[in-house]
Amino acid sequence: MDRPTRTLRWSAGLAALLVAVVVASAAVGSVRIDPVTVAKVTLNAAVVPSGIEWTATDLPAVEARPTATYSPVFSFEVPDAAATIVADVRLPRIALAATVGLSLAVAGTVMQGFFRNPLADPSIIGVSTGAAAGAVAAIAFPALVPFAGLHLSAFVGAVGTAFLVYAIATEGGRTPVATLLLAGIAVQAFLGALISYMLVHSGDGLREAVVWMMGHLHASTWGDVRFALPVALVGSLVLAGFSRELNVLLLGEEEAHHLGVNVERTKLLLLALASVITAAGVAVAGVIGFVGLVVPHVMRLLVGPDHRILLPTSALAGASFLVATDTVARVGAFSLPVVPVGIVTAALGAPFFLYLLKKREVHAL
Amino acid sequence: MTVELRELSVSLGGVDVLRGVDWTVDRGEFVGLVGPNGAGKTTLLRTVSGLLEPAAGTVHVDGEDVAALSARESSRLVAVVPQTTHLAFPFDVRRIVEMGRNPHRSRFSPPTPADRAAVDRALAMTRTAELADRPIDEVSGGERQRVLLARAVAQETPVVLLDEPTASLDVNHQIETLELVRELVAEGRTAVAAIHDLGLAARYCDRLLVLADGGVLARGPPEEVLAGGTVERAFDVPAAVTTDAITDSPAVRALSPAVDPTELPDAVHVVGSGPTAVGILTRLDALGVDVSAGPVPAGGAVAETARELGVDVRTVEPFSPLGRADLESLDGDVDRAGATVLADLEVGTGNQLALETLADAAPALVVVERRPFEERNHAGDRAAERYGRLRREGVEAGPRGVLEALVRVGGASAGRPPPELPDEPRPGDD
Repeated sequence: MDRPTRTLRWSAGLAALLVAVVVASAAVGSVRIDPVTVAKVTLNAAVVPSGIEWTATDLPAVEARPTATYSPVFSFEVPDAAATIVADVRLPRIALAATVGLSLAVAGTVMQGFFRNPLADPSIIGVSTGAAAGAVAAIAFPALVPFAGLHLSAFVGAVGTAFLVYAIATEGGRTPVATLLLAGIAVQAFLGALISYMLVHSGDGLREAVVWMMGHLHASTWGDVRFALPVALVGSLVLAGFSRELNVLLLGEEEAHHLGVNVERTKLLLLALASVITAAGVAVAGVIGFVGLVVPHVMRLLVGPDHRILLPTSALAGASFLVATDTVARVGAFSLPVVPVGIVTAALGAPFFLYLLKKREVHAL
Repeated sequence: MTVELRELSVSLGGVDVLRGVDWTVDRGEFVGLVGPNGAGKTTLLRTVSGLLEPAAGTVHVDGEDVAALSARESSRLVAVVPQTTHLAFPFDVRRIVEMGRNPHRSRFSPPTPADRAAVDRALAMTRTAELADRPIDEVSGGERQRVLLARAVAQETPVVLLDEPTASLDVNHQIETLELVRELVAEGRTAVAAIHDLGLAARYCDRLLVLADGGVLARGPPEEVLAGGTVERAFDVPAAVTTDAITDSPAVRALSPAVDPTELPDAVHVVGSGPTAVGILTRLDALGVDVSAGPVPAGGAVAETARELGVDVRTVEPFSPLGRADLESLDGDVDRAGATVLADLEVGTGNQLALETLADAAPALVVVERRPFEERNHAGDRAAERYGRLRREGVEAGPRGVLEALVRVGGASAGRPPPELPDEPRPGDD
């Protein structure tokens, strides 16, 4: 079987799995809804852009701004209660879980390839810690960041940290990967101190800040999805276009140069895209660990190291994985009001990673 | 010409690694880059491949200034075979070879028939087709080297650079790899390889470039370059260059510098037979001693070695007895030399009188034996008696101890004027 066919089959299989996981997840919860109804509501929720509407603005120079309008594709008959539960409560959370899972898995795959290191994860250059710093600042000292909400503050913190680490590690137009790694560790340590300081002085915001940092999807809205999904999709598609460069970079930068890759430019682009999609995911869902580490490993064992097949399959598997674990967080422990999904991913992911390590499926450095 | 360096200087971290290198390589040549560690071989290759930028001077490949080209453009002109490759994630062999097509492919289009054909041809040529579906980390070191070569072949560049392609290989794989490079060159490609093993370099390369201390020490056909003390100057070690009888290419042996060459007698005369005499002659010559030899049978191993080294040698017709003139010549040689070495001489009725003459050389006589005298004596008891006297009056030594013995007897022949040191050759002189 040649590679394109393999890619297609794996992707189709994993996409089907994702649909099944989404429908199953939307069906379970405190109210059980049968999967057919879930499917109908889901299809009803599907919209296509139908036009542009001009709405008035408060800004003096701009009279009106364009807003896209959407119209539904399907209109199945469903009970109102089921429609509300599925479309307004469960689906946004599921869609966000899928988006964040996809982002983290893609970014993890890219970072592991980029750093030629199986222990790399999406946050290796400080994206998550930066997001956490931004979020905790917004929660603990809202007066400090009045211009931005929690999401934007976290997003800016994440991207800003990645940029800072990159700038520190770059000298004379070259960015050695080892320097990048160490600069990332140092900056994360500093931000960790900053976060601890802010937590100590966060007063009433402490609980919210801690829950945010654990990774959470419980308050998801369609607005969160609209923020993270476009970034995740566009970023992942562009990254998929660089699959061959990622493959060649695995040989090392010198060999990549000799095989026609503009190494520094490609590194910057890969790092920027992986950081931005991670930042978008982390900004809305907090720090969710192990997805970006474990999913690429498992997929590499199943489909091999070639990024042309690894990236799309990791993306789909990451989405399914986070939807499934978030369902466990949501349903499996309803004696507690909230179990942050980050606890579930770490509780499942860490032992699984150790299992891979002991089986020598994850190679030593 | 395909590769042309003009006044090329390269510095790394503020240190000048190459200084003013001028060099051209013609199409279809296999050039070996030799020189000690730190001589700038790898730096030169990296500059030709466009990885490093010259501090001064230019590198042109196929008429293009490499420093001005993008990675993509330069990788269509120059392919590089690294010493080895490390992969954190194991690709299969075919994927690795396909990466050689990377410079020729556009981002989103699938591989063209030309891409596939190039990969298949490269796999076939390097005999790696049967490995195509194996992960790269499951093939042996020699196979891996062939895969890297296949990748360079698939890259279809006019120039292939190889950085120590044989350094980590068994001898059979070294030869296999270099034979493959020769095949590439036979197809009209140009190959430049940094090679540690001077013998292999001499055997497979059309020309050599000897780098030392950032400059060119010598260049040209191997037999020219390796003669005339270049190896000693480049590597700062006494070395013996002979012709390998089997491959008919120069063979280089670095010698132990355990003995300070200045303590050796200025001139040494060698009388002897077989490999023992050949070895001593070669080592002494390599150490800069003024060596003479004979009488030896014309056309024999000792006479041939002496002729190659340009050593004064007195030859006699094989199987004919020594004449008066031969013995007088020997007497003269022994007188002139600071010491004489008697090395495993085959004694027959024809040459046993030489033993009489050699008695004059004692005590500055070193008697070297590898084979027992009884096996070498074809002239009976009288010869054995004469030989026994030389043993007693001279200094006995094993083949390895001959230099130390010469230092000792050199000291014994005091009264000679102290040896004049030759002018120190300067690296960079051509």
